Amino acid sequence: MSAAVVSDALEQEHVESHLHPEPTFDLAAHPLPTGREEVWRFTPLKRLRGLLEDVASVETLEWKESLPAGVTLTRSSTDDAVALGGTAPFDRLGALAVKNAGGALVLDIPSDSEIEEPVRLILHGTNADAIVWSHLVVRIGTHAKATVVVEHSGSTTYDAFTTVLVGDGAHLDLVHVNDWADDAVHAEQINARVGRDAQLRQFEFTLGGDLVRTSTNVDYAGPGGTAELFGLYFADAGQHFEHRLFVDHTAPKTVSNVVYKGALQGEKAHTVWVGNVLIRKVAEGIETYEENRNLILTEGCHADSIPNLEIETGEIAGAGHASAIGRFDDEQLFYLRSRGIEEKEARKLVVRGFFDELIRKVTIPELAAKLSGQVEEELQRHVLADLA
Amino acid sequence: MSTLEIKDLQVRVNTEDGPIEILKGVTLTINDGETHAIMGPNGSGKSTLAYSIAGHPRYEVTGGTVTLDGEDVLTMSVDERARAGLFLAMQYPVEVPGVSVSNFLRTAKTAIDGEAPKLRTWVKDVNGALEKMNLDPTFSQRSVNEGFSGGEKKRHEIAQLELLDPKVAILDETDSGLDIDALKVVSDGVNRFRERDGKGVLLITHYTRILRYITPDRVHVFVAGKVAESGGPELAEELEANGYDRFLNASV
Repeated sequence: MSAAVVSDALEQEHVESHLHPEPTFDLAAHPLPTGREEVWRFTPLKRLRGLLEDVASVETLEWKESLPAGVTLTRSSTDDAVALGGTAPFDRLGALAVKNAGGALVLDIPSDSEIEEPVRLILHGTNADAIVWSHLVVRIGTHAKATVVVEHSGSTTYDAFTTVLVGDGAHLDLVHVNDWADDAVHAEQINARVGRDAQLRQFEFTLGGDLVRTSTNVDYAGPGGTAELFGLYFADAGQHFEHRLFVDHTAPKTVSNVVYKGALQGEKAHTVWVGNVLIRKVAEGIETYEENRNLILTEGCHADSIPNLEIETGEIAGAGHASAIGRFDDEQLFYLRSRGIEEKEARKLVVRGFFDELIRKVTIPELAAKLSGQVEEELQRHVLADLA
Repeated sequence: MSTLEIKDLQVRVNTEDGPIEILKGVTLTINDGETHAIMGPNGSGKSTLAYSIAGHPRYEVTGGTVTLDGEDVLTMSVDERARAGLFLAMQYPVEVPGVSVSNFLRTAKTAIDGEAPKLRTWVKDVNGALEKMNLDPTFSQRSVNEGFSGGEKKRHEIAQLELLDPKVAILDETDSGLDIDALKVVSDGVNRFRERDGKGVLLITHYTRILRYITPDRVHVFVAGKVAESGGPELAEELEANGYDRFLNASV
């Protein structure tokens, strides 16, 4: 076989990453998983409490929103929302959310607008047993700039499909705070399309819930786009927090930077981080880096960390990844304690320092302060309590 | 007053191949206001002595005593030792990402004094200490030891010595890896500390170079886990001229 035949065989119009199934809204194409599939093998399916079943529900979360002037939130039919664009669901959870949500909410930030005040969507669940489906589109027009914060709290069994459309030259900061009650289940698929020369910065802060499984999938509508995906999670005893990322470099000169950091404490705290990057043949001159670090604070925790890089062109500016799972660094503790700092305080300093890099990136000061406070509370609950 | 008394100290390290005895009965006393230099070849156990006194968990004390002004140091935790007045300037200071120098210094000072330093004078003190060590004021916003050059790490250790004001400072090869300018800055810092009333210094070094700038009261030659010979500053001069051979041969 000649080289040309091989390359023709590899390079089709749409190269599908072997790491991901074909995206489609068609539920039949996303059969019930057995739990052995690559994309499901880490998730305790039973604990999804029926979210993989095709059951109708009219339940919703309580919504409160704060919309600065110019920003609109409107109801739309499913068809109209889908027609706005973006990648179809990659898995059954995404397809079910679209099918059963009974329409979508569309958050619109008009082109050329610079919105100083953050857009806030405050979602609260009041019933752990009620299944809630949700379909949301966040659309920011060309050259606009805004910050959108989605806050989750309370009890629910919740499955959301969120499409994020970042117009050419636009800048969007999208912050998800997943601070659920201990009995909440939250699955979400966030499919983002980054426009030409646009910038998306996404933050995920997962601090509470029985099971949280999010998958963020990013691709690029044109060259020059940047996606920065940051995450912080803090899992306690029994909690399962899973963050899946897929950056599909579909255009040249695009940039992706993924940094997720997590801490785990207590029996059977389990976190999963999967970071997939696909560099397509067309994606020349791109730059990608992904990093995941986990800090195991007590015995009995389990962290999985899996970076995957699939490269179909060598003509790139850079590609790298780093993954680490570690305990408290005894040398760091010794150094701090040798300066008179008590063990408890030394541990606090180390964990704060570990997360500081991410929290500092949050541009809303009161949110950054609230998040540091929550990290502190988490620490107090376990690691520091044991040393009291 | 500050007297550090080490008597017949025996220390071992537990390795996969079983325990290894490193210190085999070390005895020395640093009296009020004295500076002692410990010199020895690589692997003689100099650093083990420093880390054992500071309480590093890797080292197991199997015999002997260490007291500071009569108080038993070995029963104290690492942080209690520091609060009792011991300070260890490390050969390889540890990076603590995300913790700023200024936050670190304030937390340490508060822990050692038992109360937070007065804000106005403290900022001045910190800036002064950094300046004396030729460290830029923006240095305090950097993460502890992260991305510091070798010289910056050592100068940061001595800035801490100045600010935390211990009774006895143990300097573990603080001179190693420094160029001559940095060595002078570090030596000046140590000498300023020595000028304070009743401060003890245990200076551990491989080279005689630093002793041109810091004149010790006593010099101990350390070989194979114990003091082989003690003397005045002239002993350092002999080492400079003849090296460690005489002691190494004697110990075999």
